[in-house]
Amino acid sequence: MSSQSCVEVHTEWGIVSARQAGRNKAKEIGFGNVDQARITTAISELARNIYLYAEKGEICIGEVSEMGGAGVKKGLQITAKDVGPGIDNIREVMADGFTTSGGLGAGLPGVKRLMDHFDIESTSGEGTTITAIKWLR
Amino acid sequence: MGDAYLRLQEQYRKILNQYLENKNEQGLYHAQQFSKKVLENQISPEEVVSLHLSTLEESFPDIPKGAQDSFEFLLEVMIGYGLAYQEHQSLKDRQRELESEIDVAANMQQTFLPSGIPEPEDLDVGVLSVPASKMSGDYYHFVHDENDCLGVAIADIIGKGVPAALCMSMIKYAMDSLPEQRLQPADLLANLNRVVEQNVASNMFITMMYGSYDVRAHTFQYAGAGHEPGFYYSAEADEFEELSAKGIVLGIKRHAEFREYQRVVAPGDFIVLLSDGVTECRTEQGFIEREEITRLIRNHMHLSAQEMVNHVFHELEKLQGFQLRDDFTLMILRREV
Repeated sequence: MSSQSCVEVHTEWGIVSARQAGRNKAKEIGFGNVDQARITTAISELARNIYLYAEKGEICIGEVSEMGGAGVKKGLQITAKDVGPGIDNIREVMADGFTTSGGLGAGLPGVKRLMDHFDIESTSGEGTTITAIKWLR
Repeated sequence: MGDAYLRLQEQYRKILNQYLENKNEQGLYHAQQFSKKVLENQISPEEVVSLHLSTLEESFPDIPKGAQDSFEFLLEVMIGYGLAYQEHQSLKDRQRELESEIDVAANMQQTFLPSGIPEPEDLDVGVLSVPASKMSGDYYHFVHDENDCLGVAIADIIGKGVPAALCMSMIKYAMDSLPEQRLQPADLLANLNRVVEQNVASNMFITMMYGSYDVRAHTFQYAGAGHEPGFYYSAEADEFEELSAKGIVLGIKRHAEFREYQRVVAPGDFIVLLSDGVTECRTEQGFIEREEITRLIRNHMHLSAQEMVNHVFHELEKLQGFQLRDDFTLMILRREV
């Protein structure tokens, strides 16, 4: 992964900075306006989770590339990492219709839908790391 | 995306420009038709906003920067709707899946019920069992034996829906695994009680009435386990009586004993067995009275046993505004004249 920028999230300002970093990177890579909005929404959701449920955490944004059938494809990767309570039942939070924050957020299933690749690792009591990638089409 | 998206984009450009030129209702009708198409293609709202903006930029190259930027703003707002829409779709799919699973289970359950109605000499039998939703907590069963006796069982699992249906399947297996030789009704209930007590969660109960009709002697021996009383119609007196049998509900006590009753059945007499879905039929005025059931039966007494139960069901269904609140099972055994 080339240049990666990380933003600490412990206030709502951190959420905005993370969005901004994501937006800049998305534009740089060449994403259109709809995908830019999807990427920033995914970042918002991940950052809000850190802000609401973990004490400390950061969002890192970077460019990734992969060799595919049609040459090299470029993408944007979001990594959200926190040292928080962790998630006991991942299957439960990944199910549609499950929300803890009053139902307004898109939740993790929303993030998964907004992005092309989604990966979550969590240890109860230690923290959670979520990686999500959007590929440039 | 891909081709389909490009085609939609092209179409949107065409109908939007047409509308802007003519500003008539037909143009708006096209817009409405288009919205069906985008839903069909699962295009999310934010994509429609983006589509609109790009079309606008083409048609009005000198659109003010502020107006242009406001669409970026709108796009951001619409993302949430797009997600909610997708979630809705996926929940709908899941619901469809669950429903089809329940359909399969309901079909399986139907096979647990007797496929035909016995037709012993001199006895006219009619039965109808209708679940309140897809699966039923009611059960009925016929056992023919070589001594010219017809065993009839009617059972009601307290509760309804899937849990009751699971419990009902157990009753079926329990009845199938009873000893080959004929059991007296009271012994049969005691046997079943042991199975239920050992195998069913302590919060599930089953009420049951079991009777054995001797086709040669025309006697009806029966015993009950907390089941809704039926009726006995005596042709000579032209009267209905309660057909009740004292006994504890199945599954409460490990060792339960049941009392056995006997009736001598005269020509024209009939026995009515039912589940509480019949008597606890609720109309806007409240629960119906048991007399209401006997009145309905009396109205159709000139018909065959099967026609009687069918008619009683249809009238009760109508009384309840075509909404069953509980599983319904009604059985009539009449000694022919």
